[in-house]
Amino acid sequence: MIETSSTPTSRRTFHRTMIQLFGGLISAVIAAPAAAYLLLKPKSSSGEDLVEIANLAELPAGKPQEVVYYRTRVDGWKRSREKATAWVVKTTEQQAVAFHPSCPHLGCAYHWEAEKADAQGQVSEAFVCPCHASSFTKDGSVIGGPAPRPLDRYVSKVEGGKLLVGSDIQKAG
Amino acid sequence: MLNSVRDWLEDRTGLPSAIEHFLGEEIPASAGWHQVFGSVALFAFLIQAATGFLLALNYGATPSEAHSSVRYIMTELTGGAMIRGLHHWGASAMIVVVVLHMLQVFVWGAYKKPREATWIVGCLLLTMVLAFGLTGYLLPWDNKAYWGTMVTTQIAGLAPGLGPYVKRLLGAEGDAIGNITFARFYAAHVMLLPAITLILTAVHMILVRKHGVTPTPADANRPKKAFYPEQIFKDTVAAFAYVMIIALAANFAQIGLGTMADPTDTAYVPRPEWYFLFLFQMLKIFEGPLEIVGAVVLPNLAIVALFLVPFMDRGRAIAVRNRTTAIAVVVFAALGWAGLTQRAIATTPDNIEDINAGLQPPQPWKSLTPEQMAAIGYFQKAECGACHQLGRSSKGPDLAKAVPEKTPEWLVAHFTIPTAPVGDAPVDGTAVPEPKLTPQQMQGLVKLVTKRDDNAVAAWADPPKKEVAGAMLYQSRNCGFCHLVNGAGGKNAPSLNGVGSRRTREWVEGHFGDPRKFSPNSQMPPYKFNPEELDQITSYVVGIPK
Repeated sequence: MIETSSTPTSRRTFHRTMIQLFGGLISAVIAAPAAAYLLLKPKSSSGEDLVEIANLAELPAGKPQEVVYYRTRVDGWKRSREKATAWVVKTTEQQAVAFHPSCPHLGCAYHWEAEKADAQGQVSEAFVCPCHASSFTKDGSVIGGPAPRPLDRYVSKVEGGKLLVGSDIQKAG
Repeated sequence: MLNSVRDWLEDRTGLPSAIEHFLGEEIPASAGWHQVFGSVALFAFLIQAATGFLLALNYGATPSEAHSSVRYIMTELTGGAMIRGLHHWGASAMIVVVVLHMLQVFVWGAYKKPREATWIVGCLLLTMVLAFGLTGYLLPWDNKAYWGTMVTTQIAGLAPGLGPYVKRLLGAEGDAIGNITFARFYAAHVMLLPAITLILTAVHMILVRKHGVTPTPADANRPKKAFYPEQIFKDTVAAFAYVMIIALAANFAQIGLGTMADPTDTAYVPRPEWYFLFLFQMLKIFEGPLEIVGAVVLPNLAIVALFLVPFMDRGRAIAVRNRTTAIAVVVFAALGWAGLTQRAIATTPDNIEDINAGLQPPQPWKSLTPEQMAAIGYFQKAECGACHQLGRSSKGPDLAKAVPEKTPEWLVAHFTIPTAPVGDAPVDGTAVPEPKLTPQQMQGLVKLVTKRDDNAVAAWADPPKKEVAGAMLYQSRNCGFCHLVNGAGGKNAPSLNGVGSRRTREWVEGHFGDPRKFSPNSQMPPYKFNPEELDQITSYVVGIPK
């Protein structure tokens, strides 16, 4: 560097401080909207409404039913109607559970077997996954196989005799 | 600790001393505020790169996705309008800064020997900035983008001999702009141009360092000074002023988003970005066989002349008073540019389309026939909603989902006495309530219930009040006997699709009361509406899409 001796130190310090100050302000003007843009949730994508998928009165008690329905999926700037499936079990006249249709082990589609014989030859009913033979009771708990946790349930509620489900999953806990 | 990190970096990379060397560059004593424009131009490019990258994170780069993703950025994402605003106004501001930089270089005589190469690389950078502007203009894929680019590619096609090849290269063969054009403009905008610009900027800066900042004659006897901190301080203040200007513009000046590009729109008046308006105006001066002069010959000559400035002006003189001819040429060019731009602004009619038209979410009612629209009104008028809620079950079935298995006869009976079990005769002595709908209205409602599609259900669940009332008036006055809307109605009168882009709202309002006054050959009888009805039917009619 040259000319440092003839430039008063206070002037150099002033310039340095101002470079930092204005540099900081510039960064803030750009970083603030950028952070909001990248980190905040989109304004109207929050929580899609629950979708009505079944009339409780029409469901057989205690017998799992595979229900196919349509729901709206928000994918960025697009809203699309998509087909969805749930295994629904009516537990009481006023309650029902909607299970996510894939096995918590590796995601294969499981199905309901009303009469399944186990190794000892005892006949029982179970949800059975065809991939690695995990099996579950109709309340979702694991009977056997590699499944690490009970069946996942959709967030759901019963309103006016109708079963409404969301697209969020309530992890069995 | 800090020192040992520094020593390690110095030993392994030499970076600290390289930075010191860079900051310690000797500049003439006269250097000062007038030299900030080069740094600000570089800064402006970095802002464009950063905001462009942010936009790309939420952008669907195909014609079918682009428009709705830009709307998503503008309306759904916090700060999205700001980021797009910075990118948009930054593009314009960058042109201003680059031109100021060139003017400064010109006035200070900094393009003269030995700095000719620096000037030429600078001119190449100018063409890059213009190419960024041209390619970026298409990317929102609204009418403005589409029609503006249509003109650009047509002009490129005028090049003698090369025209068809240039158009093919731009993906605009056969007068059509579409997927290929879009893909090429996008790829150029985000891949090719940034890469070339970075390389050219590096070369430009190396050349500036090689020859040093141009001194004035008075600098000969004065000691030089260091680049850091004084000049960097000035550059930083200027960069801050630049950012504040584009941030304020982004915050207060609407850019909007037009409706999605529509190749069938005949009412749109395309125009280029302000810095290209002079070319646009020049095309109006050179007509017919001379068109090529204004479109191709003159602009290219101007660019060639710009590149050759250092060779055309070989005089040693640097002081402005000794270079009157050179300065006069620049002043003349600037006046010409300003005059053409002013004429272009003054002579181009405004577009009817609202600049924010494209920010509205899609309106499903727009694809409905008047009968379906009006039936949504009958559904409300007859208070069907007391039992039937769209989208959820209540006392009656959810009509958005229930399978329409009922016969029209069943439905008409149900509409007549909604509470009675259909098929049962009214109990003796119970008065049959006055039906709330006319037989014709009931038929409309039957069609809505039995022949609904996704758009009808969406409009039905969330009806636009004024437009529904307007459609009911449209039906009750039998407008559909003569007029066609969305494929339904008669063909004795003009189709009402797109009337809102052909006529102003005032025109449509006035036309109802006295058609002949507005179109002398009209066969349409005058229709009298009270002010509220007039507002409703006009809102409906001007909202019918193209």
